[in-house]
Order: sequence, then C-alpha cells, then structure tokens
Amino acid sequence: MLTSQDEVYWTRTRKLMFVMLGLWIFFGFIVHFFVNALNKIVILGFPLGFYMAAQGSLIAFVVMLFWFARSQEKIDRECGVSEDE
Amino acid sequence: MSTQSTSPAGGDFVSNLGRIYTIYTGGFIGFVVLLAVLEQLGVPNRIIGYLFVFFTLGVYALIGVMSRTMAVSEYYVAGRRVPAIYNGMATGADWMSAASFIGMAGSLYFLGYDGLAFVLGWTGGYVLVAILVAPFLRKFGAYTVPDFMSARFGGNFARFLAIIVLLCCSFTYVVAQIYGTGIIASRFLGMSFELAVYVGLAGILVCSMLGGMRAVTWTQVAQYIVLIIAYLLPVVILSAQKYGLPLPQFTYGQALQDITRLEQGMITSGLAGASLKEHVAPFTSYSPLNFFALILCLMVGTASLPHVLMRYFTTPSVREARVSVAWSLLFIFLLYFTAPAYAAFSKLEVYQNVIGQPLSSLPAWIYTYGKLELVKVCGVNAIDPQAIMAACAKIANHGDLLRLPDLAINTDTIVISTPEIAGMPYVVAGLVAAGGLAAALSTADGLLLAIANALSHDVYYKMIDPNAPTQRRLVVARVLLVIVAVLAAFTASTRPADILAMVSWAFSLAAAGNFPALVLGVWWKRANTAGAITGMIAGFGACLFYLVVSRYYPALGASSFGMTSLLNPITGAPVVDVAKALANPATADAVLASKVGWFNVNNISSALFGLPIGFAVMIIVSLLTPAPSREMQNFIDEIRKPRGGTMLKEKSA
Repeated sequence: MLTSQDEVYWTRTRKLMFVMLGLWIFFGFIVHFFVNALNKIVILGFPLGFYMAAQGSLIAFVVMLFWFARSQEKIDRECGVSEDE
Repeated sequence: MSTQSTSPAGGDFVSNLGRIYTIYTGGFIGFVVLLAVLEQLGVPNRIIGYLFVFFTLGVYALIGVMSRTMAVSEYYVAGRRVPAIYNGMATGADWMSAASFIGMAGSLYFLGYDGLAFVLGWTGGYVLVAILVAPFLRKFGAYTVPDFMSARFGGNFARFLAIIVLLCCSFTYVVAQIYGTGIIASRFLGMSFELAVYVGLAGILVCSMLGGMRAVTWTQVAQYIVLIIAYLLPVVILSAQKYGLPLPQFTYGQALQDITRLEQGMITSGLAGASLKEHVAPFTSYSPLNFFALILCLMVGTASLPHVLMRYFTTPSVREARVSVAWSLLFIFLLYFTAPAYAAFSKLEVYQNVIGQPLSSLPAWIYTYGKLELVKVCGVNAIDPQAIMAACAKIANHGDLLRLPDLAINTDTIVISTPEIAGMPYVVAGLVAAGGLAAALSTADGLLLAIANALSHDVYYKMIDPNAPTQRRLVVARVLLVIVAVLAAFTASTRPADILAMVSWAFSLAAAGNFPALVLGVWWKRANTAGAITGMIAGFGACLFYLVVSRYYPALGASSFGMTSLLNPITGAPVVDVAKALANPATADAVLASKVGWFNVNNISSALFGLPIGFAVMIIVSLLTPAPSREMQNFIDEIRKPRGGTMLKEKSA
C-alpha cells in the first residue's frame, strides 16, 4: 500500500524524470535544429553546430546521467525508500 | 550453489576486480610491446596477426571456462553481483558492435554531418534507459525482458509477443556480428571467410556456454579493454604526429577547416563536381525529417533492445543499476566521440594526398587496400598503377589527375587503413584487428545469450515445463545456446546480402515492439493487458509492414498503399520515377527497393510510424477496457520503490 511518503517519493521521482526528458529533448533534438546558425560560430576549428552533434550533446548526456543517478539517490534516501546496504 | 565460494569468479573475485583487471590491462599492453619487438626482429606480419587473434581468444576462453557455473541466478544474471563500473564496461562491449568499431568512422567519412545521427542516436538512448526503464526492471528482478512483460501484462501471451520481438531484432543482429568476425579475420589473417566464421563461433561459444551471463560479463569487461585501446591508439598517434597533441578529439577541428578549404579548391579546379557534399554541412544525405527521425528511432531502440536492458539485471542494487547506465555511456562515449576524428583525418589525407595527384603517383596504401577489394579507382579494384590508368583512360576527357568521383572507398577501410596511412608498424594494425574481433565477439555473446535465455527461460521453463528441475533447465539453456549459435554462424557463412541493413532495422523493430509496453507498464498504472497486447501487435506490425513493403514489395507499396518516391535531400526532387518503374513489372521491385515510402521517411526510421501507433493503440485500448486489478496496482507501486529486494524470487536456486 502507498503511504503519503511514497506519494511524495513518486511525485519527486516523476519530476526528476521530466526534467531529464526535457534536457534529453533539448540536447538530442532542439539544439540541432539550429545547426546552420551555430555553424557560423567556429571554435578551435570546429563549427559549433557540427561540434554539438559530434561531442557537445554527448558530453551533456554523460554528465546528465551521473547527475541523475546522484539526484535520484538523494530522493530515495530522503523519502526512506533507498535500499538497505 | 557449490561453485560460488570456490571458483575464481566467486566473492573473492568480485572484491579483487580492480587488481585483476589492472594486471590484465598491463599484461595486454606488455603483450603488444612484445609483439612490436618481435616485429622489429623480423617475425613476419602474418605470424604477428595470428598471435594477436589467438592470444586474445585464448584469454577470453580462459575467463569463460573459469566462470563456469551450475547455479541458475549465476547463469542468467551473474548472481546480481556485478559492480556498476564493471557492468558499465561490459555494457560498452556488449553495445559496440563490429559495425561501430569498423564501420562507424567510414559512415561519418561519407555522410559528414548527417552521419552524426548515428553518434547521437547510439548514445542519447541511454538517457531513456536510465530514467524510464532499467532501474525498474532491475527492481522487478526479471531474468529476461519477456519475464517483465508476462508479469505486468497478464501472462504468457504478452511473454510470447515479447519473445517474437526479441527474436526478430536479435537474430539478424547476431548474424551480422558473426559475419563481422569473418570479415575481420579473413582481411587481417588471410583466412578463408567460411573458416573465419566458424573460428568466431568457437570464440563466442567458449565465452558463453559454460558460464552464461557470469562468463559473458567478465569476458566483456576484458573485451572492452582490448577494443578501446585498439580504437584509440592509432588515432592518438596520428594526431600527435600531425598536430603535436595526442588528443585527436580536439585536434580534428583543424582538419575540418582544412577539409572545407580543400573542398572549395576541388570545386574551383574541377576535380569535384558541384554535387560534392561538404563535410560539415548538414542535411546533404538525409532530409531534416529523416535526420531527426533516425536519431529518435536509434535512441528509443537503444532503450528497447533486450540484450542491452538485460545487462542491468546483473547489478547488486537498483541504485547501482542507475549509476551503471552512466558508466556505460561514459565508456561508449570514449569511442563515439573519437569516431568523427578518424573520419576527418582520413578525409584530409584523401583530399591532400590522393585527389588531384597524377595517377602514376598515388600513395601506397591505395594499392594495399585495392588488393583487398576495398578501394576502387575509375570503377576497378586499385591493384596496381597500370590497372587504374587503363581504366581511367576509358573515361572521356579524363586527364592525368585523379578526380574525386573516380575514387570509391569501402566504409570499413577508414579505421583499418589509419595505422598504415600514419606509417605505423604492422603491430598496430594487428591490434586494430584484435579490437574489431573483441567488438564483434562481445556483442555476439550478449545477443546470443539474450536469444538463448528467451528460449530456455521463457519458452521452455515458463511456457512448456514449469516444473523442470534446475539441472535440466541449465542443460536445456546450453543446448539451445549452441543450436542458436550454429544456426547464426551457418546463416552468416552464406553471406546474406541485406544483413547490415537489417541490423539498423533492429532498432526500429525493438522500439515499436517493446518501448510503449515497457514505459507505460512502469509509468502508467492504468495500462492493462488488452492495451499492451494490442499496442505491441499494432506498433510492431506497422513497423514491420513498412520495412518489408518498402524494401521487398515496393511496387505493391506504390500501387496499393500510396507510397511515393523518396526525395533527394538537396534538390527535393524524387529519387526515382515511380510511374516509369511500375510500367515494367519485372524490374519494378528491384528499381524501387528502399526508394519509396510515406511522407518521405526512409525505412531505417520506420519506428516513426510504429511508435506513435503503438502508444496510441495501447492507450486507447487500455482506456476502453477495465483498469488493472488492485494487486497489479500494488505490484506497480512495488516496482517503483527501490527498497525491498527483487520481487521475482527464484524458487529452486
């Protein structure tokens, strides 16, 4: 059965999921809609639009996932549903 | 069970992982150095190549044999004792196939910016794995993905559908991996292709048969280490040679600038036509719709492929499963953010030192790979200067200089040729071969286990004989594993024509078949059995229909299902005249294959239709039928909470 703490847990978990999903849509799709505009900016030889698809978004995905694992673990602990280890 | 405490893969092994794999990595580097010395002493290349392949295969086999087990949970989920970081490495090896290792850089070479859809698609999907699926399946405690479908969606019919989806995506994929081992071994070692396929089969079986998931996990970690060293080393050396900085991922920006400059020069001088696709310019090979559709299908497919999800069943906790997805992506990222550097350096080499050169003085590597039938000039294999000069002389108005359209390079050449282009000793090429083999074998192991486990656990144990004793289940699992492996190797040895294209279909099929049921099963309590079953059938069916019709029955698709010609992404003109092709029914299918579709969507992205249909049907049918029972709702609540251990208990082990 659900306790009120469980409700809080799921609300916060869902919120974190939607934040992640939003970031995923941004780095997976939206930023690349502007590739032509971004390609006019060149850094160290890389046109920025090309760079975002080749490296920038990938770095964002990796950082996002480590951040997600930490944030979700914090929610687990604060809501008393983390695993006993 | 009895093997746990005494075998080297028991508790001691897990607590000593860091030391063991550090020694292993050091040993491998020492082995590479030793071979480099042997090469200087005059040992022939062929022997060096064989030593590389058989030494690495021997190590994998040793790990496989040492990790043998007779415990069910060890066999299916490695005892759920694999720490996050090692599971991340194993997932990296599981994920990166022969195509990623050998073919990806080549695709980026040809497609330029548009090829980055693969780089993005094959990494971003892990975000979905972490936030939507993996931790919850880990909490549930499944052995296989169909296990979850059955528990959540009312039993064996949902299980059966999930098995069908799994077999459709995984079997062609595993055939392609074994095909890849054949290609690599025959190219580097001069073995016959058929023999190489069966050597690959042996390499796969020794890793997976005795120890199941436990053996595959620890060999995949070893294979990841080999493949990442092999992938990074040549391009790091090349970058240090050319730009004085061993960080190719940063130095290739300079190469991109040079490429753009040379592209302009070639158009001005007439060496390339105006149809030249600029390397950094977007949407020259795919229309924007197809570019983004491909990214979406690859990402969602990643989060639905059973052999990937299965890896997260092996972590000790839900928390570690999440961390493990992050490590997986980091390890995968190391290869994928390097691939565009390979492509840029190779393109620069070709533009600087090959195009515009007199036919009589092309660099030597052109002929090395021409002899392997990987490089063609003026339509013939570049065997020697006489052959290509004769062929080019037949082209009207062809001067003495090599023009861009004259040169055709196989995608696999880019990674394979880099050591030679940079003038590195043969030992580096041998290392690349060992890395390619590691990539192909590790992916094949994971896929094979996914297929054999679905057949032994889901079909045999859960559907045919639920009372089977542990001993017999494990024997059946191994017999099925061998049968599937032999079948896959046999299929590969016949060199099926479409095999590589079919791999990219696996992502769309997995996405359309599994994703809606997996995600809504966890995130929407109202989703019920009727919704899931109709949704899976509709989504998967729509995707399969689009693939099969547009590829194999395009004339029927054009005449009866309203498919029209795909459009050229640059000019917007149809790529094929459908009416003219249909006028000649005998050749219509061959002419139109994969060139027709709905709304100009390539069939590689067919989940663009399957996904929304799958979601819509599942939601609508669920809402029209009664809500899941109270017990099912409690079950979902339990899946969502990390606390409390796995929900599915193994009764006999």
